[in-house]
Amino acid sequence: MTVTASPDTTAAASSASSTGLKFSGLQLRLMSIVGFFLAWEIAGHVPISPAFPTFSATIMALLEMVFDGSIFLAYFETLKPLALGVGISAFFGVAIGVSMGLNKKSRWLWEPIFVVLQASPVAALIPLITYAYGIGITAKTVAVIILASPIIVLNTYKAVGNASPVLVQMSRAFQGTRMQEIWKVIIPNAAPVIFAGLRLGVAAGFIGVILAELLITPTGIGDIISYNRSIAKYPHMYAAVLSIIVFSAVMVGLLEKAEVRYFRPEKKRGH
Amino acid sequence: MNSAVLEEVRSPMNKAIHMPLSDENTPTNPATDIVSVRGITKYYGEDVHALENVNLDFPTGQMTTLLGPSGCGKTTLLKIIAGLLETTSGEVLVKGKAVTSPGPERAFVFQDFALLPWATVTRNVAFGLELTGVPLKQREETAKSYIDKVGLSGFEDKYPHELSGGMRQRVGLARALAVDADVLLMDEPFSAVDEQNRRKFQEDLLRLLSVEKKTVIFVTHSIEEAVYVSDQIVLLSPRPGRIHSIIRPELDRSSSPDDIRRDKVYLDTVEEIWGNIREYLD
Repeated sequence: MTVTASPDTTAAASSASSTGLKFSGLQLRLMSIVGFFLAWEIAGHVPISPAFPTFSATIMALLEMVFDGSIFLAYFETLKPLALGVGISAFFGVAIGVSMGLNKKSRWLWEPIFVVLQASPVAALIPLITYAYGIGITAKTVAVIILASPIIVLNTYKAVGNASPVLVQMSRAFQGTRMQEIWKVIIPNAAPVIFAGLRLGVAAGFIGVILAELLITPTGIGDIISYNRSIAKYPHMYAAVLSIIVFSAVMVGLLEKAEVRYFRPEKKRGH
Repeated sequence: MNSAVLEEVRSPMNKAIHMPLSDENTPTNPATDIVSVRGITKYYGEDVHALENVNLDFPTGQMTTLLGPSGCGKTTLLKIIAGLLETTSGEVLVKGKAVTSPGPERAFVFQDFALLPWATVTRNVAFGLELTGVPLKQREETAKSYIDKVGLSGFEDKYPHELSGGMRQRVGLARALAVDADVLLMDEPFSAVDEQNRRKFQEDLLRLLSVEKKTVIFVTHSIEEAVYVSDQIVLLSPRPGRIHSIIRPELDRSSSPDDIRRDKVYLDTVEEIWGNIREYLD
């Protein structure tokens, strides 16, 4: 810098030095993503394995599948069992979890089933599902439900079971009925943990549907992955994997937005 | 006060009036005592004996404090009066009728505020009205007027986590006032509020109650607070809680808060109660 710097540039320089190495949250998040892609690109060039494509080749393959429309057709296939399975798991999972949190008998009835389901290696159960439900959409939906529902049920149950006793007492002191207590106090109070369970459940549902598409019959995204692997078009295979990760992350993010919007308005202003 | 049936004894030490304990056969007088408890005994499980045969009258329009060392069952007694806890034996009479559950004539102010974190100040204040089915517009108007009265104007759309402890308890107080109950039950309302705000809050509470004409049953472990705010102080013994004595500090309420806190009667009453409580601590 010259000695005769204009006031503008000195001001800019001093503000830059005063901020030092501080970055905003958004900048740090972008840096994390860019850093990951950069590492991927370099690793692809090393190369780690001939079957490991670079980031740029993967993106090119993804764009190719976007333009020829094949990836949209694949998603359409994959989303059917996924949406069905996640929808069923969310609806019945939350309902069963709430009833377990409120009622001892319901807890005794359901807890063993879901604890065992959560602990079991589901990939090993998939052949069993195929015997029972064949190779169609039913089997894939069941695979999604088996993976997603225990997380949703058990989180909801824990959240409802641990509802703030002080708030429940407050509702009773102001003559709230049992129904008002449940709908106006217990469920909103449990909402953050229920939604955490739903987010994890949706993520588990993605695992379930991809497992089903790889292990039962190749359709949708699972088909793109296994087909391109078999013909050694690795960029296309990785493009499908990348797209499903991004898609899953976006769905989970949207769910979080919905939660804050409808159940946790106080979080909008941040802590 | 039920003075017709109670013999008054004037202590030579100070001007506070001591009353003999009302015995079980004392008839209650709903005209002067809005709440009465008769023979309340409470066990938690089989081992914990919280209260033993408590008989008390709460005069209409007065502030009665339940005071005692921790574990003496004062909050238990308050929650039994509120209908939030069941008694092992005995009964609670409100306006002469036995009650076992919460009712519209009683409102509760909680020690730890018990505000809904996901609701604004307005919705929290209106929550009692929401539960009893008052239409939205009407209950928001009522809430607004009580928010003003407790000094929270401008905070209507804030959430509890955006308020200080003292402000949160003002929300709790406004919620209890909004349902327009005759009896306010306050469970150590200032214990989670810092000392400066606590004094200010006590003064505001007295001013507000002089306008609102409520009967207040107030639980505290602070002797100074009890003497400062109360018309009648019920001193409870440690577990199982029994009535040790009933004290009526005769303070000149028309003088300023600072003068009251320097008043000889105030200071003597505090000392006397401390002398009584100290026996239990040794």
